[in-house]
Amino acid sequence: MYLEIKNNQTVNKADIPIDSFKNIKKDLDFKKMRVVQFFVNPENGKNRLYCVFTGNESTKRLFVVSCYVENSFESITPINLALHLFEREIYENFEIKPIGHPWIKPVRKQDNYEFLKSDDMQTHEVAVGPVHAGIIESGHFRFLCNSERINHLEVQLGYQHRGAEKMLKIAPSIQLAESICGDSTIAYALTFAHAIESLSNIKVDKKSEIIRLIALELERIAIHIGDLGGIAEDIAYKIGSAVFGVTRTLVINTMQEICGNRFGKGLIKIDGVNFDIDTKIGEKILSMLDEVQKRVDKMMKAMNNNTSVLSRLEKTAIVSIKHAKEIGMVGMAARACNVKIDARKFDDENFEILTTGGGDVHSRFYIRYVEIKQSKKIIENLLEKLEGEINLERQFVNLAPNSFVTSITESWRGELAHTVITDEKGNIETYKIKDPSFNNWLGLAIANRNGQISNFPVCNKSFNLSYCGFDL
Amino acid sequence: MFETIKCIELQKNQVIKDIKNATVNEKFRGLSKIHSEKCTNCNECKNICPTNAIIGIGEDLSIDLGKCIFCGECERVCTSDVIKFSNFHKLGSTLREGLITKGELDPIKSTEFIKKTFGRSFKLRQVSAGGCNSCEMELGACSNANFDMGRFGIEFVASPRHADGIVITGPITKNMAKALEDTYQAISEPKIIILVGACAISGGIFQNSEELNREFLEKHKVDLYISGCPAHPLTIINAILDFLGR
Ligand code: SF4
Ligand code: SF4
Repeated sequence: MYLEIKNNQTVNKADIPIDSFKNIKKDLDFKKMRVVQFFVNPENGKNRLYCVFTGNESTKRLFVVSCYVENSFESITPINLALHLFEREIYENFEIKPIGHPWIKPVRKQDNYEFLKSDDMQTHEVAVGPVHAGIIESGHFRFLCNSERINHLEVQLGYQHRGAEKMLKIAPSIQLAESICGDSTIAYALTFAHAIESLSNIKVDKKSEIIRLIALELERIAIHIGDLGGIAEDIAYKIGSAVFGVTRTLVINTMQEICGNRFGKGLIKIDGVNFDIDTKIGEKILSMLDEVQKRVDKMMKAMNNNTSVLSRLEKTAIVSIKHAKEIGMVGMAARACNVKIDARKFDDENFEILTTGGGDVHSRFYIRYVEIKQSKKIIENLLEKLEGEINLERQFVNLAPNSFVTSITESWRGELAHTVITDEKGNIETYKIKDPSFNNWLGLAIANRNGQISNFPVCNKSFNLSYCGFDL
Repeated sequence: MFETIKCIELQKNQVIKDIKNATVNEKFRGLSKIHSEKCTNCNECKNICPTNAIIGIGEDLSIDLGKCIFCGECERVCTSDVIKFSNFHKLGSTLREGLITKGELDPIKSTEFIKKTFGRSFKLRQVSAGGCNSCEMELGACSNANFDMGRFGIEFVASPRHADGIVITGPITKNMAKALEDTYQAISEPKIIILVGACAISGGIFQNSEELNREFLEKHKVDLYISGCPAHPLTIINAILDFLGR
């Protein structure tokens, strides 16, 4: 028993079926289904567990189901590993215990965190972070190593926790939404806007929506290029990091020309966009993309023909397709393991999902190149469709009461989902965010098993997961 | 090999030669000009500002660039054209009050001591205490082949033991408070504290979060504030150069 919904579709809370936990558990076999959201919303003194899920691969279908839970429930993690963090999160926020969960630990809280220990005399621990060597966000990695070999990696996060979900519930604003995870500014702003617009039945004019999608793809191109440079940097291939670095500048400076901010802050508003893309800027985007493509092509060719580069990237830090599916990886990192998951499919049935096989650092390196080319084509197509005026008028935001909406966007990292539930007065009851990093951090840990600890930096960069998107 | 050499040409001549006089694209929202004589006391800007950055009304209207996230909402909502953002990007001050502006900022002044101690080599340790990764990426961009801050002897280093100062981004979360203090303590005297971005300076968009612990800033004196959300690399580099008296 479940309700089929569409991306960004508002439904009445009462229309969402209330099933038994047992039945839900039966449906959540990872071989058939993939979980998008799994959280508890306190309603009328009871704890209602909502689960949004979708088919495994290349699907545009989305379902929602719910059930009531008391102080505990039978953990689903043993049959679907992808749920391990969702269940831990529920335990942390509501003290509802997932019984039988193999690995109950804090998700974002810092106190009483116990790392896995080893009694083996040959094993030593390496602690990295929360303050890292480079200019990156804060998080902690704990390695159990046998000399240079990693036996186990545990990722402990929460350092960047600012209580964003709670703040969005009390005072929702687009500025707050776009500041949660700054490298995915556009994706966050867009997902927030889609959810709020759907709840208040606001229609966005066609041109504004196209501009938003152009910005989303520009963001993808910019970050992907930056990451190619980051990977080059981490294998000490300096020319690569320098060239990709300056190439990324071209893209984000174009973003600045569109909206005055290199990351796209201030571009998206509820009911549209604040800045137009006229023909002049449109042409600039096109010529910028040509130049970018030329440079990226050249640099990629040089790197891909360089055996010392390939020897560092190929067969390093592999996630097998089996593991990727088992732990529910999403986005670019999953597509690098040949798993066909892309949230752009929800909105466009004909969207072509690109993959690179292998699941090693090179696949995650190469998928970025493939996606840069794809995004360029998408932008070119979108630019052709630009016509008319954007609507700068502001519409009144009035959220529908007792409603539920899930908005999903394919950010450059992967599937970003925001679910918003309103109470009987139309105030936000729960604002739930699931960053793609929430699915993928375990992938990083698995990729490093039995690898060299000296390969960790380049592997970490090849995933480039978000700390603040996870910590919220 | 030859392919690699050919790629060098892709990177050539992209460095911004004159960092001090370089300008930012005209759409960039930098220093706001305020025509307070036109203000009709309608309070619309104050009501819409997500960070309470607008102080006073009418004649006294000013903007606190330590809180402002440059979203431009106030400019859009004002029907009397009181607030106008310019693309002037040199937004920094050695004093917190120095960021409250009616359209102008005092230039950053250096001291003999700073100039003598750090003027030729200035190494910094960065700590992200809840930053959203935009400020962090802009700090990273300061060292890329466009902005090349390294040519001035200003660099980010991996260990606080090698650093002359700390650059903080983010609103300082409870969970990062201890790590931040520890990192600061690991730096030897004399040491500098620089705050980058609205979050670090005032909590910015996260100022009302319950998950912050900003005690660090009560305990230690901040030497330099750099505004932005995120701060532009040119803003950051120029502020540091001015601070060093270069
Ligand atoms: S631009 Fe600054 S002052 Fe104006 S509304 Fe935004 S945060 Fe407030
Ligand atoms: S000031 Fe703005 S860009 Fe910088 S960390 Fe805070 S939210 Fe992010």
